[in-house]
Amino acid sequence: MQETTANQVAGNATSSFTEHLQRDRPDLLPYNRAMPAAAAATAPLQVPHATTIVAMSYGGGVLMAGDRRATMGNVIASRHIEKVFPADRYSVLGIAGTAGIAIDLTRLFQVELEHYEKIEGTLLSLDGKANRLGAMIRGNLPMAMQGLAVVPLFAGFDTTAGVGRLFSYDVTGGRYEEREHHTVGSGSVFARGALKKLWRPNLAEAEAVSVAVESLYDAADDDSATGGPDPVRQLWPVVYTVNRDGARRIPESELAAVAGRIIETRSAERREA
Amino acid sequence: MTQQFYVSPEQLMKDRADFARKGIARGRSVVVISCQDGIALVAENPSPSLHKIGEIYDKIAFAAVGKYNEFESLRQAGVRYADVRGYSYDREDVTARGLASVYAQSLGAVFTAEQKPFEVELAVAEVGPTPELDHLYRLTFDGSIADEHGFIVMGGQAERVSAVIAEGWRPSLRFAGAVRLATRSLASGPDPAAEQGEAGGTLPAKAVEVAVLDRQSETSRGFRRAFRRLNDSDITALLAEED
Repeated sequence: MQETTANQVAGNATSSFTEHLQRDRPDLLPYNRAMPAAAAATAPLQVPHATTIVAMSYGGGVLMAGDRRATMGNVIASRHIEKVFPADRYSVLGIAGTAGIAIDLTRLFQVELEHYEKIEGTLLSLDGKANRLGAMIRGNLPMAMQGLAVVPLFAGFDTTAGVGRLFSYDVTGGRYEEREHHTVGSGSVFARGALKKLWRPNLAEAEAVSVAVESLYDAADDDSATGGPDPVRQLWPVVYTVNRDGARRIPESELAAVAGRIIETRSAERREA
Repeated sequence: MTQQFYVSPEQLMKDRADFARKGIARGRSVVVISCQDGIALVAENPSPSLHKIGEIYDKIAFAAVGKYNEFESLRQAGVRYADVRGYSYDREDVTARGLASVYAQSLGAVFTAEQKPFEVELAVAEVGPTPELDHLYRLTFDGSIADEHGFIVMGGQAERVSAVIAEGWRPSLRFAGAVRLATRSLASGPDPAAEQGEAGGTLPAKAVEVAVLDRQSETSRGFRRAFRRLNDSDITALLAEED
Protein backbone atom coordinates (compact mmCIF):
# COMPACT_ATOMS: atom_id res chain seq x y z
CA MET A 1 0.00 0.00 0.00
CA GLN A 2 2.75 2.41 1.08
CA GLU A 3 4.80 1.62 -1.96
CA THR A 4 1.99 2.06 -4.46
CA THR A 5 1.20 5.47 -3.00
CA ALA A 6 4.84 6.50 -3.30
CA ASN A 7 4.98 5.18 -6.84
CA GLN A 8 1.84 7.06 -7.70
CA VAL A 9 3.21 10.34 -6.38
CA ALA A 10 6.49 9.87 -8.23
CA GLY A 11 4.65 8.89 -11.39
CA ASN A 12 2.43 11.95 -11.25
CA ALA A 13 5.30 14.35 -10.64
CA THR A 14 6.07 15.97 -13.95
CA SER A 15 7.71 19.25 -14.86
CA SER A 16 6.46 18.98 -18.41
CA PHE A 17 3.38 20.92 -19.43
CA THR A 18 2.88 18.70 -22.49
CA GLU A 19 2.86 15.55 -20.35
CA HIS A 20 0.37 17.17 -18.03
CA LEU A 21 -1.92 18.03 -20.96
CA GLN A 22 -1.55 14.56 -22.42
CA ARG A 23 -2.76 13.09 -19.14
CA ASP A 24 -5.45 15.57 -18.11
CA ARG A 25 -6.51 17.61 -21.14
CA PRO A 26 -5.48 15.77 -24.35
CA ASP A 27 -8.06 17.79 -26.30
CA LEU A 28 -5.91 20.91 -25.86
CA LEU A 29 -2.87 19.51 -27.66
CA PRO A 30 -2.40 20.74 -31.23
CA TYR A 31 -1.68 17.19 -32.39
CA ASN A 32 -3.09 13.78 -31.30
CA ARG A 33 -6.20 14.40 -33.34
CA ALA A 34 -7.88 11.54 -35.16
CA MET A 35 -8.47 12.65 -38.74
CA PRO A 36 -11.15 11.08 -40.90
CA ALA A 37 -9.48 8.53 -43.15
CA ALA A 38 -11.36 9.86 -46.19
CA ALA A 39 -9.63 13.23 -45.86
CA ALA A 40 -6.25 11.73 -46.64
CA ALA A 41 -7.44 10.09 -49.83
CA THR A 42 -8.63 13.30 -51.51
CA ALA A 43 -6.44 16.22 -52.59
CA PRO A 44 -4.28 17.78 -49.85
CA LEU A 45 -6.09 20.25 -47.63
CA GLN A 46 -5.79 23.91 -48.67
CA VAL A 47 -4.36 25.63 -45.58
CA PRO A 48 -1.90 28.48 -45.11
CA HIS A 49 1.75 27.47 -45.32
CA ALA A 50 4.52 29.40 -43.71
CA THR A 51 7.74 29.54 -45.66
CA THR A 52 11.40 30.45 -45.46
CA ILE A 53 13.42 30.72 -42.24
CA VAL A 54 17.18 31.32 -42.08
CA ALA A 55 19.44 31.01 -39.07
CA MET A 56 23.17 31.53 -38.61
CA SER A 57 25.80 31.90 -35.95
CA TYR A 58 27.74 35.13 -35.59
CA GLY A 59 30.41 36.43 -33.25
CA GLY A 60 28.80 36.14 -29.80
CA GLY A 61 25.53 34.40 -30.58
CA VAL A 62 23.00 33.18 -33.11
CA LEU A 63 20.50 34.95 -35.33
CA MET A 64 17.22 33.83 -36.86
CA ALA A 65 15.14 35.56 -39.52
CA GLY A 66 11.92 34.76 -41.34
CA ASP A 67 10.02 36.38 -44.20
CA ARG A 68 6.45 37.60 -43.74
CA ARG A 69 4.49 35.56 -46.24
CA ALA A 70 2.06 32.64 -45.86
CA THR A 71 0.64 31.01 -48.96
CA MET A 72 -2.34 28.80 -49.67
CA GLY A 73 -1.80 27.13 -53.03
CA ASN A 74 -1.18 29.97 -55.47
CA VAL A 75 -2.77 32.59 -53.21
CA ILE A 76 -0.96 34.76 -50.66
CA ALA A 77 -2.77 33.93 -47.42
CA SER A 78 -0.97 36.55 -45.32
CA ARG A 79 1.61 39.27 -45.86
CA HIS A 80 2.01 40.00 -42.17
CA ILE A 81 2.50 36.59 -40.60
CA GLU A 82 5.38 36.28 -38.12
CA LYS A 83 7.22 32.98 -38.09
CA VAL A 84 10.11 33.60 -35.71
CA PHE A 85 9.26 33.70 -32.00
CA PRO A 86 11.18 33.97 -28.76
CA ALA A 87 10.85 30.61 -26.97
CA ASP A 88 12.19 31.94 -23.69
CA ARG A 89 14.90 34.39 -22.58
CA TYR A 90 17.76 32.52 -24.25
CA SER A 91 16.23 30.83 -27.26
CA VAL A 92 14.15 31.49 -30.36
CA LEU A 93 12.37 29.25 -32.82
CA GLY A 94 11.24 29.67 -36.39
CA ILE A 95 8.62 27.56 -38.09
CA ALA A 96 7.94 26.44 -41.65
CA GLY A 97 5.01 24.30 -42.77
CA THR A 98 1.31 24.31 -41.86
CA ALA A 99 0.87 27.70 -40.22
CA GLY A 100 -2.08 26.91 -37.93
CA ILE A 101 -0.45 23.89 -36.29
CA ALA A 102 2.96 25.54 -36.24
CA ILE A 103 1.73 28.59 -34.34
CA ASP A 104 -0.03 26.39 -31.77
CA LEU A 105 3.07 24.23 -31.41
CA THR A 106 5.10 27.38 -30.78
CA ARG A 107 2.68 28.49 -28.07
CA LEU A 108 2.81 25.05 -26.49
CA PHE A 109 6.61 25.08 -26.60
CA GLN A 110 6.78 28.52 -24.98
CA VAL A 111 4.48 27.41 -22.15
CA GLU A 112 6.45 24.15 -21.83
CA LEU A 113 9.70 26.04 -21.16
CA GLU A 114 8.12 28.55 -18.79
CA HIS A 115 6.26 25.79 -16.95
CA TYR A 116 9.46 23.84 -16.38
CA GLU A 117 11.19 26.96 -15.11
CA LYS A 118 8.42 27.72 -12.64
CA ILE A 119 8.07 24.16 -11.35
CA GLU A 120 11.79 23.41 -11.09
CA GLY A 121 13.09 26.88 -10.31
CA THR A 122 15.82 26.63 -12.97
CA LEU A 123 15.98 27.00 -16.73
CA LEU A 124 15.99 23.87 -18.86
CA SER A 125 19.37 23.20 -20.50
CA LEU A 126 19.62 24.13 -24.20
CA ASP A 127 19.89 20.45 -25.18
CA GLY A 128 16.86 19.72 -23.02
CA LYS A 129 14.86 22.41 -24.83
CA ALA A 130 15.97 21.09 -28.23
CA ASN A 131 14.93 17.53 -27.26
CA ARG A 132 11.51 18.66 -26.03
CA LEU A 133 10.88 20.42 -29.34
CA GLY A 134 11.89 17.25 -31.19
CA ALA A 135 9.40 15.22 -29.15
CA MET A 136 6.61 17.67 -30.03
CA ILE A 137 7.39 17.46 -33.73
CA ARG A 138 7.33 13.67 -33.48
CA GLY A 139 3.93 13.95 -31.79
CA ASN A 140 2.71 15.71 -34.91
CA LEU A 141 3.88 12.87 -37.21
CA PRO A 142 0.41 11.40 -37.90
CA MET A 143 -0.74 14.82 -39.13
CA ALA A 144 2.48 15.26 -41.11
CA MET A 145 1.69 11.99 -42.92
CA GLN A 146 -1.55 13.59 -44.06
CA GLY A 147 0.24 16.63 -45.42
CA LEU A 148 0.09 18.91 -42.37
CA ALA A 149 3.79 18.93 -41.55
CA VAL A 150 5.61 21.42 -39.34
CA VAL A 151 9.37 21.86 -39.58
CA PRO A 152 11.00 24.16 -37.01
CA LEU A 153 14.43 25.64 -36.64
CA PHE A 154 15.68 26.23 -33.11
CA ALA A 155 18.47 28.51 -31.94
CA GLY A 156 19.63 29.43 -28.49
CA PHE A 157 22.46 30.57 -26.32
CA ASP A 158 24.00 27.80 -24.22
CA THR A 159 24.63 29.66 -20.96
CA THR A 160 26.86 26.93 -19.51
CA ALA A 161 29.11 26.54 -22.56
CA GLY A 162 28.86 30.25 -23.44
CA VAL A 163 28.12 29.71 -27.15
CA GLY A 164 25.18 30.12 -29.49
CA ARG A 165 23.88 26.85 -30.99
CA LEU A 166 21.57 25.92 -33.83
CA PHE A 167 19.27 22.90 -34.27
CA SER A 168 17.33 21.70 -37.28
CA TYR A 169 14.59 19.04 -37.34
CA ASP A 170 12.91 16.69 -39.77
CA VAL A 171 9.20 15.79 -39.72
CA THR A 172 9.86 12.67 -37.63
CA GLY A 173 11.29 14.79 -34.83
CA GLY A 174 14.92 14.00 -35.66
CA ARG A 175 17.18 16.64 -34.18
CA TYR A 176 20.41 17.72 -35.86
CA GLU A 177 22.84 20.28 -34.56
CA GLU A 178 23.95 22.64 -37.33
CA ARG A 179 27.13 24.61 -37.58
CA GLU A 180 27.50 28.00 -39.23
CA HIS A 181 24.02 28.35 -40.78
CA HIS A 182 20.86 26.58 -41.87
CA THR A 183 17.61 27.28 -43.72
CA VAL A 184 14.15 25.66 -43.86
CA GLY A 185 11.00 26.17 -45.92
CA SER A 186 10.15 26.45 -49.59
CA GLY A 187 12.74 29.13 -50.37
CA SER A 188 15.45 27.44 -48.32
CA VAL A 189 17.50 26.25 -51.30
CA PHE A 190 17.95 29.77 -52.62
CA ALA A 191 18.55 31.28 -49.20
CA ARG A 192 21.14 28.60 -48.53
CA GLY A 193 22.92 29.41 -51.77
CA ALA A 194 23.06 33.06 -50.78
CA LEU A 195 24.29 32.24 -47.26
CA LYS A 196 27.12 30.13 -48.68
CA LYS A 197 28.49 33.21 -50.42
CA LEU A 198 27.62 35.87 -47.84
CA TRP A 199 28.30 34.19 -44.49
CA ARG A 200 31.74 34.38 -42.85
CA PRO A 201 32.86 33.22 -39.40
CA ASN A 202 32.58 35.80 -36.60
CA LEU A 203 30.35 38.28 -38.35
CA ALA A 204 29.42 41.33 -36.30
CA GLU A 205 25.76 41.50 -35.28
CA ALA A 206 24.88 44.28 -37.76
CA GLU A 207 26.61 42.40 -40.59
CA ALA A 208 24.76 39.21 -39.69
CA VAL A 209 21.41 41.05 -39.82
CA SER A 210 22.29 42.34 -43.27
CA VAL A 211 23.34 38.86 -44.47
CA ALA A 212 20.06 37.37 -43.19
CA VAL A 213 17.92 40.00 -44.92
CA GLU A 214 19.87 39.62 -48.16
CA SER A 215 19.55 35.81 -48.16
CA LEU A 216 15.78 36.18 -47.68
CA TYR A 217 15.78 38.68 -50.54
CA ASP A 218 17.42 36.06 -52.77
CA ALA A 219 14.93 33.42 -51.62
CA ALA A 220 12.02 35.75 -52.43
CA ASP A 221 13.56 36.46 -55.82
CA ASP A 222 13.27 32.85 -56.94
CA ASP A 223 10.57 31.34 -54.71
CA SER A 224 7.03 32.63 -55.18
CA ALA A 225 6.03 31.53 -51.67
CA THR A 226 8.64 33.71 -49.96
CA GLY A 227 7.98 37.41 -49.49
CA GLY A 228 10.74 39.95 -50.01
CA PRO A 229 11.09 43.28 -48.20
CA ASP A 230 8.00 45.36 -48.98
CA PRO A 231 8.73 49.14 -49.02
CA VAL A 232 5.14 49.90 -50.13
CA ARG A 233 3.58 48.39 -46.99
CA GLN A 234 6.73 48.91 -44.90
CA LEU A 235 7.05 45.19 -44.16
CA TRP A 236 10.43 43.75 -43.27
CA PRO A 237 11.52 40.28 -42.20
CA VAL A 238 11.32 39.38 -38.51
CA VAL A 239 14.85 39.07 -37.11
CA TYR A 240 15.89 37.92 -33.64
CA THR A 241 19.40 37.71 -32.22
CA VAL A 242 20.29 35.63 -29.16
CA ASN A 243 23.49 36.19 -27.22
CA ARG A 244 24.72 36.26 -23.64
CA ASP A 245 22.22 39.02 -22.79
CA GLY A 246 19.26 37.03 -24.11
CA ALA A 247 16.99 37.20 -27.13
CA ARG A 248 16.37 40.56 -28.80
CA ARG A 249 14.11 41.51 -31.68
CA ILE A 250 15.80 43.79 -34.17
CA PRO A 251 13.68 46.97 -34.39
CA GLU A 252 11.74 47.75 -37.59
CA SER A 253 13.65 50.99 -38.21
CA GLU A 254 16.96 49.14 -38.33
CA LEU A 255 15.55 46.51 -40.71
CA ALA A 256 14.06 49.19 -42.96
CA ALA A 257 17.51 50.75 -43.31
CA VAL A 258 19.18 47.38 -44.01
CA ALA A 259 16.56 46.34 -46.57
CA GLY A 260 16.72 49.79 -48.17
CA ARG A 261 20.49 49.49 -48.64
CA ILE A 262 20.17 46.04 -50.24
CA ILE A 263 17.46 47.20 -52.68
CA GLU A 264 19.55 50.27 -53.53
CA THR A 265 22.72 48.28 -54.24
CA ARG A 266 20.85 45.77 -56.37
CA SER A 267 19.08 48.51 -58.35
CA ALA A 268 22.39 50.29 -58.94
CA GLU A 269 23.98 47.12 -60.30
CA ARG A 270 21.22 46.79 -62.95
CA ARG A 271 21.84 43.07 -63.30
CA GLU A 272 19.57 40.12 -63.87
CA ALA A 273 20.41 38.41 -60.56
CA MET B 1 -14.13 -4.89 16.46
CA THR B 2 -13.27 -1.86 18.56
CA GLN B 3 -16.00 0.34 19.92
CA GLN B 4 -16.38 3.65 18.04
CA PHE B 5 -16.84 6.52 20.50
CA TYR B 6 -19.22 9.28 19.55
CA VAL B 7 -17.48 12.58 18.80
CA SER B 8 -19.67 15.61 18.06
CA PRO B 9 -19.04 17.32 14.70
CA GLU B 10 -18.19 20.57 16.52
CA GLN B 11 -15.50 18.84 18.53
CA LEU B 12 -14.15 17.06 15.46
CA MET B 13 -13.76 20.30 13.50
CA LYS B 14 -12.28 22.10 16.47
CA ASP B 15 -9.69 19.35 16.96
CA ARG B 16 -8.73 19.46 13.31
CA ALA B 17 -8.45 23.25 13.33
CA ASP B 18 -6.32 23.22 16.50
CA PHE B 19 -4.06 20.61 14.95
CA ALA B 20 -3.54 22.68 11.80
CA ARG B 21 -3.06 25.92 13.71
CA LYS B 22 -0.37 24.39 15.88
CA GLY B 23 1.54 23.14 12.86
CA ILE B 24 1.41 26.55 11.18
CA ALA B 25 2.50 28.50 14.26
CA ARG B 26 5.57 26.28 14.63
CA GLY B 27 7.25 27.68 11.49
CA ARG B 28 8.63 31.09 10.66
CA SER B 29 6.68 34.03 9.30
CA VAL B 30 6.15 35.21 5.74
CA VAL B 31 5.23 38.80 4.88
CA VAL B 32 3.57 40.06 1.68
CA ILE B 33 3.49 43.85 1.29
CA SER B 34 1.84 45.84 -1.48
CA CYS B 35 3.64 49.12 -2.16
CA GLN B 36 4.18 51.73 -4.83
CA ASP B 37 6.74 49.73 -6.88
CA GLY B 38 4.69 46.54 -6.75
CA ILE B 39 4.38 43.72 -4.24
CA ALA B 40 7.27 42.55 -2.06
CA LEU B 41 7.24 39.01 -0.66
CA VAL B 42 9.63 38.35 2.21
CA ALA B 43 10.10 35.10 4.11
CA GLU B 44 12.42 34.15 6.90
CA ASN B 45 14.06 31.15 5.26
CA PRO B 46 17.70 30.13 5.64
CA SER B 47 17.52 27.63 2.74
CA PRO B 48 18.55 29.05 -0.63
CA SER B 49 16.77 26.30 -2.59
CA LEU B 50 13.65 25.22 -0.68
CA HIS B 51 11.47 28.18 -1.44
CA LYS B 52 8.41 29.46 0.40
CA ILE B 53 7.73 32.03 -2.31
CA GLY B 54 7.08 31.16 -5.93
CA GLU B 55 5.99 32.48 -9.30
CA ILE B 56 2.58 31.33 -10.52
CA TYR B 57 1.99 33.46 -13.61
CA ASP B 58 2.81 36.78 -15.28
CA LYS B 59 1.45 38.99 -12.48
CA ILE B 60 0.74 36.39 -9.80
CA ALA B 61 2.94 35.11 -6.98
CA PHE B 62 2.47 32.60 -4.21
CA ALA B 63 3.74 32.55 -0.62
CA ALA B 64 3.17 29.91 1.99
CA VAL B 65 3.94 28.80 5.53
CA GLY B 66 3.57 25.39 7.10
CA LYS B 67 4.59 21.95 5.86
CA TYR B 68 6.84 22.09 2.83
CA ASN B 69 5.49 18.99 1.05
CA GLU B 70 1.92 20.20 1.40
CA PHE B 71 2.36 23.76 0.17
CA GLU B 72 4.79 22.67 -2.55
CA SER B 73 2.16 20.36 -4.02
CA LEU B 74 -0.35 23.23 -3.86
CA ARG B 75 2.13 25.56 -5.58
CA GLN B 76 2.72 23.09 -8.40
CA ALA B 77 -1.03 22.57 -8.78
CA GLY B 78 -1.41 26.34 -9.00
CA VAL B 79 1.24 26.63 -11.72
CA ARG B 80 -0.51 23.86 -13.69
CA TYR B 81 -3.91 25.48 -13.26
CA ALA B 82 -2.59 28.87 -14.41
CA ASP B 83 -0.64 27.50 -17.37
CA VAL B 84 -3.53 25.37 -18.64
CA ARG B 85 -5.90 28.30 -18.31
CA GLY B 86 -3.54 30.74 -20.02
CA TYR B 87 -2.83 28.25 -22.79
CA SER B 88 -6.45 27.38 -23.51
CA TYR B 89 -7.87 30.92 -23.18
CA ASP B 90 -5.41 33.78 -23.12
CA ARG B 91 -2.65 34.98 -20.82
CA GLU B 92 -4.74 37.87 -19.49
CA ASP B 93 -7.54 35.52 -18.47
CA VAL B 94 -5.47 34.11 -15.61
CA THR B 95 -6.42 35.97 -12.44
CA ALA B 96 -5.49 35.70 -8.78
CA ARG B 97 -9.19 35.54 -7.90
CA GLY B 98 -9.69 32.40 -9.99
CA LEU B 99 -6.60 30.77 -8.57
CA ALA B 100 -7.49 31.69 -4.98
CA SER B 101 -10.94 30.19 -5.31
CA VAL B 102 -9.49 26.94 -6.66
CA TYR B 103 -7.10 26.86 -3.70
CA ALA B 104 -9.96 27.58 -1.29
CA GLN B 105 -11.97 24.68 -2.70
CA SER B 106 -9.09 22.21 -2.51
CA LEU B 107 -8.12 23.27 1.01
CA GLY B 108 -11.75 23.02 2.08
CA ALA B 109 -12.13 19.57 0.57
CA VAL B 110 -8.97 18.32 2.28
CA PHE B 111 -10.04 19.82 5.61
CA THR B 112 -13.35 17.97 5.69
CA ALA B 113 -12.68 14.78 3.75
CA GLU B 114 -9.07 13.72 4.36
CA GLN B 115 -7.45 12.00 7.31
CA LYS B 116 -5.68 15.16 8.36
CA PRO B 117 -6.04 18.79 7.26
CA PHE B 118 -3.22 20.59 5.42
CA GLU B 119 -1.02 22.44 7.89
CA VAL B 120 -0.51 25.41 5.60
CA GLU B 121 -1.52 29.00 5.12
CA LEU B 122 -1.20 30.58 1.67
CA ALA B 123 -1.10 34.03 0.15
CA VAL B 124 -1.90 34.66 -3.50
CA ALA B 125 -0.80 38.10 -4.73
CA GLU B 126 -1.52 39.79 -8.03
CA VAL B 127 0.13 43.04 -9.00
CA GLY B 128 -2.05 45.56 -10.87
CA PRO B 129 -1.26 48.69 -12.90
CA THR B 130 -1.81 50.83 -9.77
CA PRO B 131 -1.55 49.96 -6.05
CA GLU B 132 -5.36 50.19 -5.73
CA LEU B 133 -5.69 47.35 -8.25
CA ASP B 134 -3.36 44.97 -6.38
CA HIS B 135 -5.04 41.86 -5.04
CA LEU B 136 -3.90 40.01 -1.93
CA TYR B 137 -5.75 36.86 -0.88
CA ARG B 138 -5.12 34.93 2.28
CA LEU B 139 -6.14 31.26 2.36
CA THR B 140 -6.25 29.27 5.55
CA PHE B 141 -6.11 25.50 6.18
CA ASP B 142 -9.93 25.11 6.30
CA GLY B 143 -10.48 26.73 2.92
CA SER B 144 -11.57 30.15 4.13
CA ILE B 145 -10.47 32.99 1.93
CA ALA B 146 -9.92 36.64 2.81
CA ASP B 147 -9.31 39.61 0.53
CA GLU B 148 -6.67 41.65 2.35
CA HIS B 149 -5.62 45.24 1.85
CA GLY B 150 -2.02 46.45 2.05
CA PHE B 151 -0.21 43.51 3.58
CA ILE B 152 -0.46 39.91 4.80
CA VAL B 153 1.50 38.29 7.60
CA MET B 154 1.31 34.51 8.04
CA GLY B 155 2.78 31.86 10.29
CA GLY B 156 5.14 31.90 13.27
CA GLN B 157 4.69 34.94 15.51
CA ALA B 158 2.17 36.43 13.12
CA GLU B 159 0.57 38.84 15.59
CA ARG B 160 3.83 40.37 16.74
CA VAL B 161 5.15 40.73 13.17
CA SER B 162 1.83 42.11 11.99
CA ALA B 163 1.89 44.82 14.67
CA VAL B 164 5.30 46.07 13.47
CA ILE B 165 4.16 46.15 9.84
CA ALA B 166 0.86 47.88 10.64
CA GLU B 167 2.82 50.63 12.33
CA GLY B 168 5.27 51.23 9.48
CA TRP B 169 3.20 50.50 6.38
CA ARG B 170 2.32 53.30 3.96
CA PRO B 171 1.05 52.87 0.37
CA SER B 172 3.87 55.17 -0.82
CA LEU B 173 6.66 52.75 0.26
CA ARG B 174 9.22 51.78 -2.39
CA PHE B 175 10.66 48.24 -2.60
CA ALA B 176 13.64 49.23 -0.42
CA GLY B 177 11.39 50.57 2.30
CA ALA B 178 8.99 47.62 2.12
CA VAL B 179 11.73 44.99 2.31
CA ARG B 180 13.43 46.86 5.14
CA LEU B 181 10.15 47.03 7.04
CA ALA B 182 9.54 43.33 6.43
CA THR B 183 12.99 42.23 7.61
CA ARG B 184 12.70 44.46 10.66
CA SER B 185 9.33 42.99 11.53
CA LEU B 186 10.55 39.41 11.03
CA ALA B 187 13.46 40.12 13.38
CA SER B 188 11.09 41.27 16.10
CA GLY B 189 10.23 37.70 17.08
CA PRO B 190 11.97 35.96 19.99
CA ASP B 191 13.72 33.70 17.49
CA PRO B 192 17.44 32.96 17.93
CA ALA B 193 18.01 34.03 14.31
CA ALA B 194 16.95 37.53 15.30
CA GLU B 195 20.00 37.91 17.48
CA GLN B 196 22.23 37.74 14.42
CA GLY B 197 20.51 40.85 13.07
CA GLU B 198 22.82 43.84 13.24
CA ALA B 199 22.00 47.44 14.06
CA GLY B 200 18.27 48.20 13.96
CA GLY B 201 17.46 44.51 14.42
CA THR B 202 17.03 43.39 10.80
CA LEU B 203 17.86 39.94 9.50
CA PRO B 204 20.96 39.31 7.39
CA ALA B 205 20.37 38.75 3.65
CA LYS B 206 21.29 35.05 4.05
CA ALA B 207 18.40 34.40 6.43
CA VAL B 208 15.65 35.82 4.23
CA GLU B 209 14.09 34.90 0.94
CA VAL B 210 12.89 37.91 -1.03
CA ALA B 211 10.97 38.15 -4.30
CA VAL B 212 9.07 41.01 -5.87
CA LEU B 213 6.26 41.45 -8.35
CA ASP B 214 7.42 44.43 -10.36
CA ARG B 215 4.59 46.79 -11.29
CA GLN B 216 6.56 48.24 -14.21
CA SER B 217 8.17 45.02 -15.50
CA GLU B 218 7.17 45.67 -19.14
CA THR B 219 8.61 49.17 -19.31
CA SER B 220 11.62 48.80 -17.02
CA ARG B 221 12.85 45.33 -17.95
CA GLY B 222 10.91 44.41 -21.07
CA PHE B 223 9.40 41.30 -19.45
CA ARG B 224 5.75 40.36 -19.23
CA ARG B 225 6.60 38.26 -16.21
CA ALA B 226 6.61 40.57 -13.20
CA PHE B 227 8.07 38.05 -10.73
CA ARG B 228 11.70 38.46 -9.82
CA ARG B 229 13.62 36.57 -7.14
CA LEU B 230 16.35 38.60 -5.44
CA ASN B 231 19.68 36.99 -4.57
CA ASP B 232 21.71 37.84 -1.49
CA SER B 233 23.66 40.68 -3.11
CA ASP B 234 20.44 42.18 -4.55
CA ILE B 235 18.91 42.09 -1.07
CA THR B 236 21.96 43.69 0.55
CA ALA B 237 21.97 46.42 -2.12
CA LEU B 238 18.23 47.01 -1.73
CA LEU B 239 18.46 47.25 2.06
CA ALA B 240 21.27 49.78 1.77
CA GLU B 241 19.25 51.93 -0.67
CA GLU B 242 17.76 55.24 0.46
CA ASP B 243 13.97 55.55 0.47
